[in-house]
Amino acid sequence: MSEQDAQQKDMASKAHADVHQDESDAAQGTTRLKIFRGDAEGGSEVEYEIPNIEGMVVLDAVLYIQAHQAGDLAVRWNCKAAHCGSCSAEINGKPKLLCKTRVEEYEGQEIRVHPMRAFPVIKDLVSDVKWNYEVARSTIPFQSDEQAPFIMYEEDVERLYEPKKCIECFMCQDVCHVLRTHHKHPEFAGPRFFVRNQWLEMHPKDTQSRLEYLKEGQGGIGYCNITKCCTEVCPVNIKITDNSIIPLKERVADEYYDPAKWLMRKIRGRRSPKTGAVVGRNGNRNGG
Amino acid sequence: MESNGQTNGHRDRHEVREHDILIVGAGGAGLRAAIAAAERGLSVGVVTKSLIGKAHTVMAEGGVAASMGNVDADDGWQTHFMDTMKSGKFLNNWQMVEIFAKEAPERVYELEQWGALFNRTEEGKISQRPFGGHTYRRLCHVGDRTGLEMIRTLQEKTLATDTTVYMETTVTRLFKNDEGQVVGALAYTRESGRFIHFKAKAVVMATGGWGRNYKVTSNSWEGTGDGAVLAYDVGAELVDMEMVQFHPTGMVWPPGVRGLLVTEGVRGEGGILRNSEGERYMENYDSEKMELSTRDVVARANYTEVTEGRGSPHGGVYLDITHLGYNGIMKKLPVMYEQFKNLADIDISKEPMEVFPTIHYVMGGIKVDPETCVTNVPGLFAAGECAGGLHGANRLGGNSLSDLLVFGRRAGEGAAEYAKSNGYSTEIDDSQLETEKQRVLEPLERQDGENPYELQQQVQEAMMEHANLMRNEESLKEGLEKILAIKERVPNVKAHGSTLFNPGWHAAQDVRYLTQISEIILRTALERKERRGAQWHLDYDGPSDELGKINFIVKKDEQGEIGIERREIPPMAEHLSRLFDEGDDKHGGEQQGKESQF
Repeated sequence: MSEQDAQQKDMASKAHADVHQDESDAAQGTTRLKIFRGDAEGGSEVEYEIPNIEGMVVLDAVLYIQAHQAGDLAVRWNCKAAHCGSCSAEINGKPKLLCKTRVEEYEGQEIRVHPMRAFPVIKDLVSDVKWNYEVARSTIPFQSDEQAPFIMYEEDVERLYEPKKCIECFMCQDVCHVLRTHHKHPEFAGPRFFVRNQWLEMHPKDTQSRLEYLKEGQGGIGYCNITKCCTEVCPVNIKITDNSIIPLKERVADEYYDPAKWLMRKIRGRRSPKTGAVVGRNGNRNGG
Repeated sequence: MESNGQTNGHRDRHEVREHDILIVGAGGAGLRAAIAAAERGLSVGVVTKSLIGKAHTVMAEGGVAASMGNVDADDGWQTHFMDTMKSGKFLNNWQMVEIFAKEAPERVYELEQWGALFNRTEEGKISQRPFGGHTYRRLCHVGDRTGLEMIRTLQEKTLATDTTVYMETTVTRLFKNDEGQVVGALAYTRESGRFIHFKAKAVVMATGGWGRNYKVTSNSWEGTGDGAVLAYDVGAELVDMEMVQFHPTGMVWPPGVRGLLVTEGVRGEGGILRNSEGERYMENYDSEKMELSTRDVVARANYTEVTEGRGSPHGGVYLDITHLGYNGIMKKLPVMYEQFKNLADIDISKEPMEVFPTIHYVMGGIKVDPETCVTNVPGLFAAGECAGGLHGANRLGGNSLSDLLVFGRRAGEGAAEYAKSNGYSTEIDDSQLETEKQRVLEPLERQDGENPYELQQQVQEAMMEHANLMRNEESLKEGLEKILAIKERVPNVKAHGSTLFNPGWHAAQDVRYLTQISEIILRTALERKERRGAQWHLDYDGPSDELGKINFIVKKDEQGEIGIERREIPPMAEHLSRLFDEGDDKHGGEQQGKESQF
């Protein structure tokens, strides 16, 4: 850590050195940003000042700092067009895509950029999101008994377009208090994966059931108390709570709390509500 | 797995991971290859520089070209074959194009089988939209986020196999055994800088293109050409390297998004191009296909309008889709709507977009066998954008996504068959490993040196200026001099900080790829003395009959320098050549005369 500290100081002094240069020939002024510099063991904010560029997004600012002031400043990004969901971070405590957030939105305010906090920090703005891919692997994949090409009509699939828009930025996971505050990672899939389970469950050609996974398995949908925080931060405007989580909760309730179904299950064992086929105890062929 | 902890200090330690097949790259081609190999029961490792699902495939918007004829019943593989050959100005490897056109529909239906969802026709089939240079409505699509649908489907399918995915891991060198077979690679994890020695019976390169060679590009930081250079370093042949595609429509404002892609889907849905005088100028360039002409033609038209003073205030032309109205746009092009609204404060349902050509794709790449995607180096395979041959001198929109599927699968199968039938050793000499680790760490250990970001920027500016969509000998030579001067500075590049997630250190690796590829592009562009597709050489009036029968093949020569060979294209098989009417224009519409000015 002492090396890290020294490095940060080095960065800070470099940042200032560049500030003087920029100030001398700056025509349209500058912007100041405080960026978290540190790693798993800790860190602190470092202030940088950069020349203004018309229409600049926060990612532009971060990449400018990287190229001119702090070459080792860690940030994830790919498409720079809000299509890939790589550059998720927190600006002033709120999850944002850095590539989609204009600097001018914060006129007159501080800009403080931190990594997503529901996951362990790797370095600077990069957090360790691997856990999400473990949940992805535990999700029961699409499976159909029919052979494509499928005949499906727009009206059958229209409602699947919305959950399919997900860009896996994991900001909904970041803001969800079941994960962020209560750390239920081992037993709760989180909003992103409810979105995925929703289209899987509603796909007209899919033959699997994921209700047991959601209720009793790793899904843990019962933990969600529908505060809609996930919906608020979704950069592609998926109404996660209303259109994904609540319909799944309703299906789980129908399956588990309908007395007639409960009795049938006791007598006959669990059956897939879609096909009538008996499914495995975990309802999960990958075993989580 | 086995952490082969060697004891000579933390820095030199490395892990060893063994797989039957190592796949480098997790875009559409890499994942499709992984699925194919895993389905054959082999152990597969996929290495990707980013997280899974973030590769450039996700940026593909318009659709995937496959001639199932759901909308236009007359479509079929023959027409798709002919469209692709014409667009590629007959430099394409026609065997690849035949396989491609025949197999594309099956590959798309396979995605549907795995859960991909496309927009539907009234009969409940996959809907298909028109696109530049395609005779029929041929692009299967879901709004303007087809690439996202495709990569997510392939990603989920891959994660349902036993494939191991090494995220945020960068390969720096391929290794050959004493018999000259490729048997693995060295990589480091971006998170910690830890080295991994991958041992594999076969390696598939699926690393994408090299749009980052240019300043104005639709490509992410990843597109630095690693795969082509790593293959070239072990003796693989590269083909058509002079061919770099400018997409006609990139965003021009604000500065931070300059070059960002505006999907061809906008023109597919009836978008109209106009200059500052309000003139629908495509009339002057391709009065038959208009806005839906091939990308090379539309890009040159847009470029010409602006350079001749008929551009918009920010130096673009106008692309107008307002006729669709808000509801139509939200149904067909919602991503474009959001992109312009968020980033440029433009409501595209009310006002036109400003657009200008942007580097988008590379047609050239690693030369492969059409059937198995094996290269001339045993054990090394390639597929997707980093492979060359399918697209010739210009790629048709939508052909890239089907390319990934058709040849990703073939590469995975080809590598699997090869790995099963070869029982040789994957051992290599330790000194190869140690030398490479030392080379990779040098930028961190050097006291002083060049800023890698600055070198990257200089390469990008030189290529933008000298290897643009209009080229001439004097400028190409000047560009080459600049690149060679930068190349001399590359061994002295310096990164500050540690190996812990350090983008400066990563950039220091990328600079080598960028300069190497740039030199190859410039040298091959100097050789192709004609106007053909993406190679628009202003010193010549039009296409040359002689050069139309030749591919330029690049291979490292015995002195370690770039060797360029003129290789004759084999005559097209009779069952294919007779598809083209007698006397049909084999230059794909590019005859000398009026059009050749553009």
